[in-house]
Amino acid sequence: MSATARPQAFAGQGAIAREGIFLAEQLWPIKGQLVLALLGLAIGGIMGLIQALDRIGIVMYKAMLMQTYYQGLTIHGVLLAFLFTFSFNNAFVSLMAIRGFERPLASTFLVQGAFWTMLVGTLLAAYAILTNQATVLFTFYAPMRASSLFYLGAALLVISTLLTALNLVLTRRAWQREHPGERTPLLGFVGVVTYVMWALATVGVVVLVVFFLLPWSLGWLKTTDPQFNRILFWYTGHPIVYFWLMPAYISWYLLVPRQVGGRVFSDSLVRLAFILLLVFSVPTGLHHQYVDPGIPTVMKVVHLFTTFSVVFPSLVTAFTVMAALEDGGRARGGRGLLGWIWKLPWGDPSVTAQLLAMLVFILGGATGIVNASYNLNNVVHNTSFVPGHFHMTVGTAVALSFIGISYWLIPYLTGRELMGRSLALAQAWLWFVGVLLFARGQIAAGLLGEPRRSSIGEAPYRDLIHAGLDNWLTAIGGTLMVISGLIYFIVVLWTVFGGRRLTQPLGIPVAEMRFGARETSPLLDRLGFWFLIAVVLVAIAYIPLILLYLPLQSVSPPIKVY
Amino acid sequence: MRVEAYERFFMILAALLLVLGIVGIAIGALVAGVHVPSPAGRVDPRTLTTTPPFDQPGLRDLGGGKYEAVVIARAWQFQPDQIEVPVGSTVTFTLATPDVIHGFVLTGTNANVMVIPGQIAQVTARFDRPGEYLWVCHEYCGFGHHQMFGKVVVR
Repeated sequence: MSATARPQAFAGQGAIAREGIFLAEQLWPIKGQLVLALLGLAIGGIMGLIQALDRIGIVMYKAMLMQTYYQGLTIHGVLLAFLFTFSFNNAFVSLMAIRGFERPLASTFLVQGAFWTMLVGTLLAAYAILTNQATVLFTFYAPMRASSLFYLGAALLVISTLLTALNLVLTRRAWQREHPGERTPLLGFVGVVTYVMWALATVGVVVLVVFFLLPWSLGWLKTTDPQFNRILFWYTGHPIVYFWLMPAYISWYLLVPRQVGGRVFSDSLVRLAFILLLVFSVPTGLHHQYVDPGIPTVMKVVHLFTTFSVVFPSLVTAFTVMAALEDGGRARGGRGLLGWIWKLPWGDPSVTAQLLAMLVFILGGATGIVNASYNLNNVVHNTSFVPGHFHMTVGTAVALSFIGISYWLIPYLTGRELMGRSLALAQAWLWFVGVLLFARGQIAAGLLGEPRRSSIGEAPYRDLIHAGLDNWLTAIGGTLMVISGLIYFIVVLWTVFGGRRLTQPLGIPVAEMRFGARETSPLLDRLGFWFLIAVVLVAIAYIPLILLYLPLQSVSPPIKVY
Repeated sequence: MRVEAYERFFMILAALLLVLGIVGIAIGALVAGVHVPSPAGRVDPRTLTTTPPFDQPGLRDLGGGKYEAVVIARAWQFQPDQIEVPVGSTVTFTLATPDVIHGFVLTGTNANVMVIPGQIAQVTARFDRPGEYLWVCHEYCGFGHHQMFGKVVVR
């Protein structure tokens, strides 16, 4: 595996690069996945313009070469929710693991395999979607049939993340063998926890695709059970949001504090937050199905409680991250109750993008609690309130953070200075203003009953909802976000192809701890134990549900309606 | 494990906030009577139009101001797509689909339910004010999805 391994000298290397922990044959698949992520962001993002302008009656999917509104919407969802996030996570978390464990990944084969499966999966799914054989949106609910190539492509994207998960676990194990009795380094640990959580979370969608949708789309199974398929989809469909979010948390917890000159509050609280996310993320899927007709009410109540539990670590995050920021602001000379806020380095686009992402996440989290609140969900379920919510979470807390990370990551990887810093700053603020207008529009329209994922511009009932002003806000906000995205890609391309060579090597910004690993209870380092607890909770949340639900109601043949 | 005083205070506050949320939900369900849809039986979508009550979709007067509206949601229309009831009526909507997944949200009420092949969906709404109440399909069901809507006319 590492017989041919040699340290790679690349421009912009930090001190660590010279120690030979970054191997060329591990770096190219990481960079390759980053490129895939940015391609996904670019193409998926530009499709957002169709949906934004559709709200005010400008129907432009034909101009964007789409056969229907919903084909564009499928591209938007699949590329942003799956390709962009999965590829970025694979690349970023792998890199953080190398830096955290101060050693190469355990397997070069696995990191290269992750790149190839991601690439092939993307090509298969893209072919199916672009030829209008998979206009099923990113939820691909049965019995709406997509081409088998789409399911296969989606499965490969998931397999790519599982290869990365395996590699991270093996890397941690290798580190433990090399450092017997020591506490796992935090930066490595949080990445491994993220992927172990995700591995447990993928069970639902893997069973769904392998045992139901793939054989059913190939004609080997005549019928499937749409309600049961939804249970499997949402088993994965909620924890996926934590898979999107946790890499952003890694940056917020451990990198941003360094960028603002602060320290992390404590090693143990960070570990606790990630472990709680591992334990509670998965057994919560039914809160997406509160209004599903076929699910026993008692199980909906069980998932209400687990869902509220998983809010807790995010509230802890709010405290710990804020404390680290305050520490930085005060170290930079901030005085008074709030004076430290103005002392933060708002001139640094990487920091500003992520601070604004955090601010938006407060609103994103609050609206998420509305969705999770059982009977309150009746008012908002499947209305445009929901995209209003998740463009503030995955669409900003995650996407704008990833953009902010890339403002140091791309110079780090290419050895070129970030160009157009004031453009990059404008990009972050434009996204911030854009998403607030967009979400304000979507949320208000949703409360009036405007459905999500509908071509409102073509809907005969558009004027019956009386959300005219709200739809204008959505359109303006969404357009601002697309413009912000275009500015982002100008900055990226300018940096990569025209950036000045860095004279000083860059390092990965990793923050110091106020209270370090030595003070952390060994229990918080026992991944196997917490994984077992997560499995038990999943069993409690899902086994009674399946027993109450059975027998399967396999009554639906594949139907193509697009 | 070391936990600072501020940390502890914040964690207790966070936990209290969540408990308060659950209490609010419980009051909504137990005192105000706002419930989520419960299972109302199964039906085979392939024989839906010959299975009672879906063989005769439409409004039924149950007496005492109570009505049942049996509605088929199919790509891409509701059948029926308009019902009329007097002010003060309570209407239970019983829905099912012969094809793909649809949705049902009745604006201005708490009635919101998925319509999933194989399952019978049921929600209830009370109409105390005259006017027109729009309902729309809120789950993507193909390229004509945005054409699916209906109305309750309350006189």
